[in-house]
Amino acid sequence: MPMPHAHITLTVNGEATEVAFAPYKTLLEVLREDLNLCGTKHGCELGECGACAVLLDDQPVLSCLVLGVACEGRRVTTVEGLVSEGRLHPLQETFADLGAAQCGYCTPGILVTAKALLDEHPHPTRDQIRDALSGNLCRCTGYQQIFEAVEAAIEVGTKP
Amino acid sequence: MNVIGKARRRVDGRAKVTGQTKFADDLMLPRMVHCKLLRSTLPHARVIRIDASRALAHPGVHLVMTGRDFPIPYGILPVSQDEHALAIDRVRFVGDPVAAVIARDELTAFEALDSIDVEYEPLRTFADPEESLAHSTPRIHDYGDAGNIHKIVSLGFGDVEQAFAGADHVFEDTFFYQGSTHLPIEQHAAVAVKDPDGKLVLWSSTQTPHYVHRALAKALAIPAAHIRVIATPNGGGFGGKSDPFNHEVVIAKAALILDRPVKICLTREEVFYCHRGRHPVLMHFKTGVKRDGTITGLHVKTLLDGGAYGSYGVASTFYTGALQTVTYHIPTYHFQGCRVFTNKPPCGPKRGHGTPQSRFGQEIQLDKIAEKLALDPAELRLRIVEQPDTLTANYLRVGTIGLAECIRRVTRAADWGSKYRRLPPGRGVGIACSSYLSGAGLPIYWNDMPHAGVQLKLDRSGGVTAFCGATEIGQGSDDVLVACVAEILGIDPLDIRAVTGDTDLTPVDLGSYSSRVTLMMGNAAVQAAERARDLLAEAVAHQINVPTDRLVFAERRVFDAEDPGAGVAFSDAVCLAETRFGTIGTTGSYTPPRSAAKFKGGGVGPSPTYSYSAAIVEVTVDASTGWIDVPRVWIAHDIGRALNPTLVRGQVEGSVYMALGEALMEEQTFRRLPPRLSHALVHKFPSMLEYKSPTTMDMPEVITELVEAPDPRGPFGAKEVGQGPLLPVMPAVANAVYDAIGVRIDEVPITPEKILKALDAKAAGKAPRYGPSRFPDIAWPETLQVPPPWEGGDGKAVNKKEIVPA
Repeated sequence: MPMPHAHITLTVNGEATEVAFAPYKTLLEVLREDLNLCGTKHGCELGECGACAVLLDDQPVLSCLVLGVACEGRRVTTVEGLVSEGRLHPLQETFADLGAAQCGYCTPGILVTAKALLDEHPHPTRDQIRDALSGNLCRCTGYQQIFEAVEAAIEVGTKP
Repeated sequence: MNVIGKARRRVDGRAKVTGQTKFADDLMLPRMVHCKLLRSTLPHARVIRIDASRALAHPGVHLVMTGRDFPIPYGILPVSQDEHALAIDRVRFVGDPVAAVIARDELTAFEALDSIDVEYEPLRTFADPEESLAHSTPRIHDYGDAGNIHKIVSLGFGDVEQAFAGADHVFEDTFFYQGSTHLPIEQHAAVAVKDPDGKLVLWSSTQTPHYVHRALAKALAIPAAHIRVIATPNGGGFGGKSDPFNHEVVIAKAALILDRPVKICLTREEVFYCHRGRHPVLMHFKTGVKRDGTITGLHVKTLLDGGAYGSYGVASTFYTGALQTVTYHIPTYHFQGCRVFTNKPPCGPKRGHGTPQSRFGQEIQLDKIAEKLALDPAELRLRIVEQPDTLTANYLRVGTIGLAECIRRVTRAADWGSKYRRLPPGRGVGIACSSYLSGAGLPIYWNDMPHAGVQLKLDRSGGVTAFCGATEIGQGSDDVLVACVAEILGIDPLDIRAVTGDTDLTPVDLGSYSSRVTLMMGNAAVQAAERARDLLAEAVAHQINVPTDRLVFAERRVFDAEDPGAGVAFSDAVCLAETRFGTIGTTGSYTPPRSAAKFKGGGVGPSPTYSYSAAIVEVTVDASTGWIDVPRVWIAHDIGRALNPTLVRGQVEGSVYMALGEALMEEQTFRRLPPRLSHALVHKFPSMLEYKSPTTMDMPEVITELVEAPDPRGPFGAKEVGQGPLLPVMPAVANAVYDAIGVRIDEVPITPEKILKALDAKAAGKAPRYGPSRFPDIAWPETLQVPPPWEGGDGKAVNKKEIVPA
């Protein structure tokens, strides 16, 4: 039989949010299935591919490895939260312009991970970018255009 | 040109970076229920009995289906209709689906799988091709050329034995190319519904909605006109979403029975078992050469491990022998290929489909030939590059060839002359070349209809909608479609809406495979746009009183070339045309030229034109650990014309990336469980953590050179780029390893362990190599003799009356 739902409050993309869900659900499932935030993707649900990365209190985490019930009172940022006042985040602009998104499936996870990097290190080196994104697999691009897009976003300013 | 050739944001770029691209698993519909498949735990067995009664009684379960619900077989190729959505009486690999549960949520469906009781009678299993060759029974399938041989072919184009006799040197080498899988980050997903009119709608992450449409009509025995297949944008395909899949057929039927939406999303482990990826291929190359490097003859033998089903395997088999002649001039050619069934997940098309394996062998052997002849390997290749506008020994009509220019550009960029044989021990460079199709010249099922169709709708708002069955798999097909139309109509690509991959709304395009989309869809789009432009031009010419041939379409205006101030806005031009002609809609079609090959098997290999690539890879190899590092790759690609250089570069770099994965680490391999544990053949590492693929930390710098010599057969001169640039990289790595440490690794992946073994062999005075030592004796059929064009041949076999319709 269905289990009693868990009920939490948290901040999602700046909005105070209440959500009830089956208590075994991961943050990934809560975001996609209960909050209809399908921008966050999944590629393995085992913490191996990085597609489901979101920011939890500004730190990148794999949402498939975080239980929803562990997010009470916390701040979650997904790809949907990168757009501010109708304007794309500089990373989104450069990713779109420079070919850093091909199929676009790993893109949300990479974007939020890159945002966390730039928020902490506004001028990362290529090696720091490589290191920060080493947990995000991309099968399309060969990563080079992703590195270039992150570097281009540094130049246009990192804060939205 | 205002659009073509400009580095631009792709038209779907905003959707992708905002997470709004709707992939199949992002579809959430009211009343939706979820499907899970029970998969065989045995690699080969008869299904004696399935009892689903306990599962049906499981709370929350709506439906349980078994093979009895799916009596009609299907398959991608008309000659291999060997799949059932759920096993009827036999399972052929661990992972073959035997039953389906549809329940209120995924977890319930998953739990109910445990309540299905299946009784199996195990059968002998076949783990590798030599086992399948040695034992003709039990047969994995009741069809095929013999025993467990699915397909065996022998094609002769001229007398190679005579060519070897006339050669100064004859080289014989054996190579092995391990299988690998596509590993798209998106797991396959699909949603099916019965629409309000009672018709079936399937959304699926498929590269080939048209073929899925046909397969559903067949397998479910309902009229194709009552089925709508919508290809959702694929989260990576690489060939792995090109077959009609059992899960698509299952949920389609379930949705019709339940009259509510049914979704399935495969787990990552299931994706590994679905596979349809790179065939493991053992191959033998025998090449005769003159002292100056000229090839006198080539004899290629390939043995493909097909796995448990046909998939694209017949085509894959021919592809291992098709394109050697397109790259280099080979006056006599003998190809023998054999694909066998084994009890492992089916192999099929992965980026480069059947050609990377033999490309690997040929390019390493050329490196060995160059060394023996004391020629620079780049110089050797320049001497033997096939000539443009040639009909090859195996009747492939080659158009433009930018390969020599690719070799010159890449050697210059890499400063090859100062590196090859000149780097310190442990460092080396290697070169290799390749060619690839710009679209398969023949469709999968025989017909004379166009391969690509485009429809344009223009209305008084000035809006343009482009409809095409092509499928966006990340490569940028929507962008190509829109760019071709925008260029001709003089508007911005972002002014156009692309509606693609929907069998109800869009004209047929055969799908995103064989690197066919840019050339075929692009040509259809150009034709449709030119027809629309002609209508608008006539209306505007009448209005502003200038001849149509003086009108220019640019900057969202239609104006007089001699007096740019005289003209109208594009939207006004559409109004004028709509006033004059009524509703404005145009179509464009593309059908490839007829193949020159008239022999059986000649249908695989023809293409409207071929792309060419040359790559140089630099490696450092640690002789004490065998560790290989690739700091840099230079690659030149003959693209004809880059429609959007940003996307072209992305395809080149992505190809290099995937190639390095295959060259250095990726392996789709299987192990046997002990006999007491069913002796099953299970994937060694069906997870993304253990199936090694290159990360940001592994990816080298890639220096891309685009060679642009427009090909008259391509839209604005464009050729393919999605697959060709993968091909030269694996052999270039192997050749670089030899340059670095003097050992040959004649198989992929090239791992530290193999390097150490080769170094040990070298130290022990044995052949300094690692790789297969023999190619098995195979009972080849009588060779189909087709005299090459220069021996007066007409493309037909002279010893058999088997003529394909043409």
